[in-house]
Amino acid sequence: MINFRYTRATDVGDAVRQIAAEPKAKFIAGGTNILDLMKYEVEQPTQLIDISHLPLRIIEEVPSGGLRIGALVPNSDLAYHPLIEARYPILSSAILAGASQQLRNMASTGGNLMQRTRCFYFYDTVTPCNKREPGSGCSAIEGINRINAILGTSEACIATHPSDMCVALAALEATVHVIGPSGERAIPFADFHRLPGGTPEIDTNLAPDEIIMAVELPPQGFASHYSYLKIRDRLSYAFALVSAAAALELDGGRIAEARLALGGVAHKPWRRVEAEAALRGEVPDRAAFAKAADILLRGSCGFAHNGFKIGLAHRVIERTLMQAAHGTPQIQAIKKIR
Amino acid sequence: MAEPLTRTPKGWDRLSPPSKVAITLHVNDVPRTLTIASWTTLLDALRNDLGLTGTKKGCDHGQCGACTVLVDGRRVNSCLVLAIMMNDARVTTVEGLAKDGALHPVQQAFIDHDAFQCGYCTPGQIMSAVALISEGRARNADEIRELMSGNICRCGAYPRIVAAIQQAMAAMESKP
Amino acid sequence: MTYIGTATSRVDGHAKVTGTATYAAEAKTTGLVHGSVVTSSIAKGRIVRIDVSDALRVDRVIDVLTHANRPPMADADSGYKDEVAPDGSPFRPLYDDRILFSGQPIALVVAEDPETAQFAASLVRVEYAEEPHVTEMYRRWDDAPALKAVAKPGENPFSPPKPRGNAKAALAAAAVRHQGDYYVPVEYHNPMELYGSTVTYESDGTLTVFDKTQGVQNVQCYLCGVFALAPERVQVLSPFTGGAFGSGLRPQYQVVLAALAALALKRSVRVVLTRQQMYGLGYRPAMIQRIELGAKGDGTLEAMTHDAITMTSQYEHFYRQETGWSGLLYQCPNATYAHRVAPLDLPTPCDMRAPSAATGVYALECAMDELAVALGLDPLELRQRCYSDRDQNTNRPYSSKNLHECYRQGAEAFGWEKRSPEPRSMRDGSELVGWGMATGVWEALQVPIAVRIALTANGHAEVSCATSDIGTGTYTIMAQVAADMLGVPLDQVTIRLGDSTLPQSPVEGGSWIAASVANGIATTSDAIRDELLGLAKQMPNSPLSDIAPGEVVLVDGKLMSARDPARAVSIADTMRHGGIDRIELEKTTRFPKDETHSHNTHSAIFAEVKVDEELGVIRVTRVVSTVAAGRILNTKTASSQILGGVVWGIGMALHEETLLDHTFGRVMNANIAEYHVPVNADIHDIDVIFVDEPDDSINRLGIKGLGEIGIVGVAAAVANAVYHATGKRVRDLPITLDKLLA
Repeated sequence: MINFRYTRATDVGDAVRQIAAEPKAKFIAGGTNILDLMKYEVEQPTQLIDISHLPLRIIEEVPSGGLRIGALVPNSDLAYHPLIEARYPILSSAILAGASQQLRNMASTGGNLMQRTRCFYFYDTVTPCNKREPGSGCSAIEGINRINAILGTSEACIATHPSDMCVALAALEATVHVIGPSGERAIPFADFHRLPGGTPEIDTNLAPDEIIMAVELPPQGFASHYSYLKIRDRLSYAFALVSAAAALELDGGRIAEARLALGGVAHKPWRRVEAEAALRGEVPDRAAFAKAADILLRGSCGFAHNGFKIGLAHRVIERTLMQAAHGTPQIQAIKKIR
Repeated sequence: MAEPLTRTPKGWDRLSPPSKVAITLHVNDVPRTLTIASWTTLLDALRNDLGLTGTKKGCDHGQCGACTVLVDGRRVNSCLVLAIMMNDARVTTVEGLAKDGALHPVQQAFIDHDAFQCGYCTPGQIMSAVALISEGRARNADEIRELMSGNICRCGAYPRIVAAIQQAMAAMESKP
Repeated sequence: MTYIGTATSRVDGHAKVTGTATYAAEAKTTGLVHGSVVTSSIAKGRIVRIDVSDALRVDRVIDVLTHANRPPMADADSGYKDEVAPDGSPFRPLYDDRILFSGQPIALVVAEDPETAQFAASLVRVEYAEEPHVTEMYRRWDDAPALKAVAKPGENPFSPPKPRGNAKAALAAAAVRHQGDYYVPVEYHNPMELYGSTVTYESDGTLTVFDKTQGVQNVQCYLCGVFALAPERVQVLSPFTGGAFGSGLRPQYQVVLAALAALALKRSVRVVLTRQQMYGLGYRPAMIQRIELGAKGDGTLEAMTHDAITMTSQYEHFYRQETGWSGLLYQCPNATYAHRVAPLDLPTPCDMRAPSAATGVYALECAMDELAVALGLDPLELRQRCYSDRDQNTNRPYSSKNLHECYRQGAEAFGWEKRSPEPRSMRDGSELVGWGMATGVWEALQVPIAVRIALTANGHAEVSCATSDIGTGTYTIMAQVAADMLGVPLDQVTIRLGDSTLPQSPVEGGSWIAASVANGIATTSDAIRDELLGLAKQMPNSPLSDIAPGEVVLVDGKLMSARDPARAVSIADTMRHGGIDRIELEKTTRFPKDETHSHNTHSAIFAEVKVDEELGVIRVTRVVSTVAAGRILNTKTASSQILGGVVWGIGMALHEETLLDHTFGRVMNANIAEYHVPVNADIHDIDVIFVDEPDDSINRLGIKGLGEIGIVGVAAAVANAVYHATGKRVRDLPITLDKLLA
């Protein structure tokens, strides 16, 4: 473990003041990712600001008809919340596909958004990594990159975002409410995470002195036609090679509305509105799904070990859309893929 | 050339370990006050400071589940919890399961089904199973397997663990 | 017998489920300080400078030990040779400035508490003179030296067997041939317990060492060698071991570092490795195996060749007989073996569950499956046609071999006759169903061992032996055997093991301890009985006055005629009459070398997989493992052993792989999140069946041992099932879905 100073934020304003005062400070809530990384000396905050007790644990209905999820709601509470299970089951399913029950009990909603890549080279302080040490180089491009990205990569970084929950939130078009010294703002989920570009050390568009207050779900929850399908190297407790969140609204045998997002393939949950637009008005069949997959995966590019993800992602998209269309979502405890 | 000390933050005396503060943990229903530094995890506090070595360290990174304990009734990986953040929390460890010398039904079921070999993951498995039963989300073997997948058993006792949990579930249902 | 052969629950079960079983890093001692290891970031070269100044400036840091300031250690290789060391020059932690592998320990930071030690370790700066390294086996393809085959059986158990016949000519003439290359990656044991040692520095300068090991006396001898200590100055204890699977056969470096620090600082020291650091220990070596089989049209084997290339370190010559299993198992008149070993800039490999057999039999049994396909024969039928009652390498009969019955009962339990032979011909909705099978084989070894028994007049027995229980159930089977042999209830038996001061035991490995220690207990029990009988005969009107020792048994606290239960006296009365209240005896049991038989355990494994046709996701839904392994001492713990082996085999088939970056010469998935081992969700129904296999000749109790046989052949059965499901043959493990989709 590295050395750090521990402080407690008394309220949200105090949390923002504290982080603004110490640029190398980090927030700690569930701790599942930050402590892991600090033990490996990957993260080296000078200070941990404990926000775990701030009053951000509420899930409440908002006037627009959506739901507002406090940033500190634990993943398991969120997954099992009756309103989430009933109205946004894709979110429940995605959360339950990730980590273990112990980790889900600890991990917070905001922390899930902020979790960092699992790239082997990011985790090993001996090897160059632009995300960990800007300018040191990317070891994964020429190294072991089976788990790395196939979309939106840059010459500086081919890391993926590891979250399952965020894939569902992307599909649901959630909004992230944040607050900083200059006040509150809302970030559309699609704009929350970044592509690596030339600055892979910056994962998100959250400013260093801002804190996540809540994640808001819009009214539409796609509760009747959805699925979250996660493909990984063992049947549980492993990060996704490829995952997909698919949500459809069907009207008279045709697709009225579609959402499609991928995990495990890019530096952020991967979504393209064009792919969803291509589904609208179509009959939900394999041909339509394949076309959407083509669009969503356009420009994908594999490296020495992860080229398989392109074909796999194509099939996963089709399958997940099929599950959604049939109203037979993948159930995470059942390992046979429906 | 030695490696540059790029990790040293300016204006922060990195050579002094963090100072210690007193916290109280209610461990197995007994209030325990201990003085700990901020970098001490709940796992290390239990094992090193309180001498409760029933809770095991298998990876120290939330990857194996051997350190599973209950905090306020919920199962967590104690290796990824800072003890300093747990002031006043109720912590249940494997040492707190047996009451008046009688084993908890999950403990007894683990013996009956030989649901362990080396025994090192066992306290974590048992704590996880106790929580699993109280969560009430696992109704069949598939759900038990999935919700016990955060506890690795390298000896490979998984089918025995599932059988033991089923026995304990039945025992606890019939005798609430 | 009351206890032997029953499903007795573990006698150490209560300790394990209540958290009171104490492992190496948990031993209570006072004044303890903590060491944190600094490891090398390069794979080869020299340390030019270690700057420990910042580390030393941290409050509560006591010292930083490196090669530059360590206390004296042995300067000859002999000081570092342990009981199971291979040829070569064993690794010496902190000995000098040479870097032999990435992850090598180069400094130990000692502090008053573990967190401070870890923090200070992060402040140690190292300057290296790096040299080019090679960690990739393929880069040594052309220059890896070959092992010499043995000239006669038993000469060297690890060298390739003597070739027989003319395999080349027979292959050329064979009606049907199959050739394939099979790959097993580097695998790590990953026991759940972190490697750790607690060394108590006693006031008289002696060391009490709690260590994670499979052999307390091996560690004790080794430490005496490394630090030139008199044997009485070091006691090594290991009452519980949180898994080891071979990784604890040799002393590991943390025990050297802990002892070194204790001697240097005259303090009690604990050193616990991190999970990441455990990837700097031994591992199952990667291996590429080329097998060629030639058969007649009826499926009888004519010839086989088994060529392998594997790896060792640059400093030790580690190898095992992977190729030999092919020659042993099936009737085949012509066989040759080639076995090359590439030295790489990595730590020395070590034994890992069923070393050599897990790897070698995987290749053989996949090749046999492919041959069956080429012949158009049922894979089980092919094995039966090639069945051999003799070890083909030595041409000796087996002391017992009931593999036939494994095939029969396994096939029946699995429902093998319902298998449709064509690949891709069985289906369950979107999933392809595959059924595969394989044979398993392991050695039935036994080793000299000493057992001490103290039997008291009140009917309590204490049984002592310096062996280990690494989760295998040794405590329990020892108690069962002692209870039966001494005629006392199980709860009146106390087992003491895992202490180097106890009677001699070799390391616990190779599946040899159950047979060895059980027969050892029988030997010592006989001596106890004889002594009791001597006393009983002196009793007035003794009912046993004219009876021979061999005709007396100890039952229910009595000495009793085996033929006439009415002729009996109580042990308590006998001792009282003899004026003693206890008998304590220690006997060594040696097992005569049997040059006329081969001694092996066998198994037949049947596996069902379901593979999502489109996505390649594999589920192992059913396994039947049928085992012939002599007398089973405890059906409960024995089937747990086999079950665990099957889980290991599933992991080997589908999950386990060490990812080495050859540019850095480092393991990149040095953790237990990305080095995948099976989790609960990966494991479904596993049925373990023991077939009867009486064996009067192997040893008195007819015991063979079970720790290894459970894994052998399982990966092949799964791989063969995957082929049967999909029609796709993946020969390089693990079978991940990308390989199926390729």
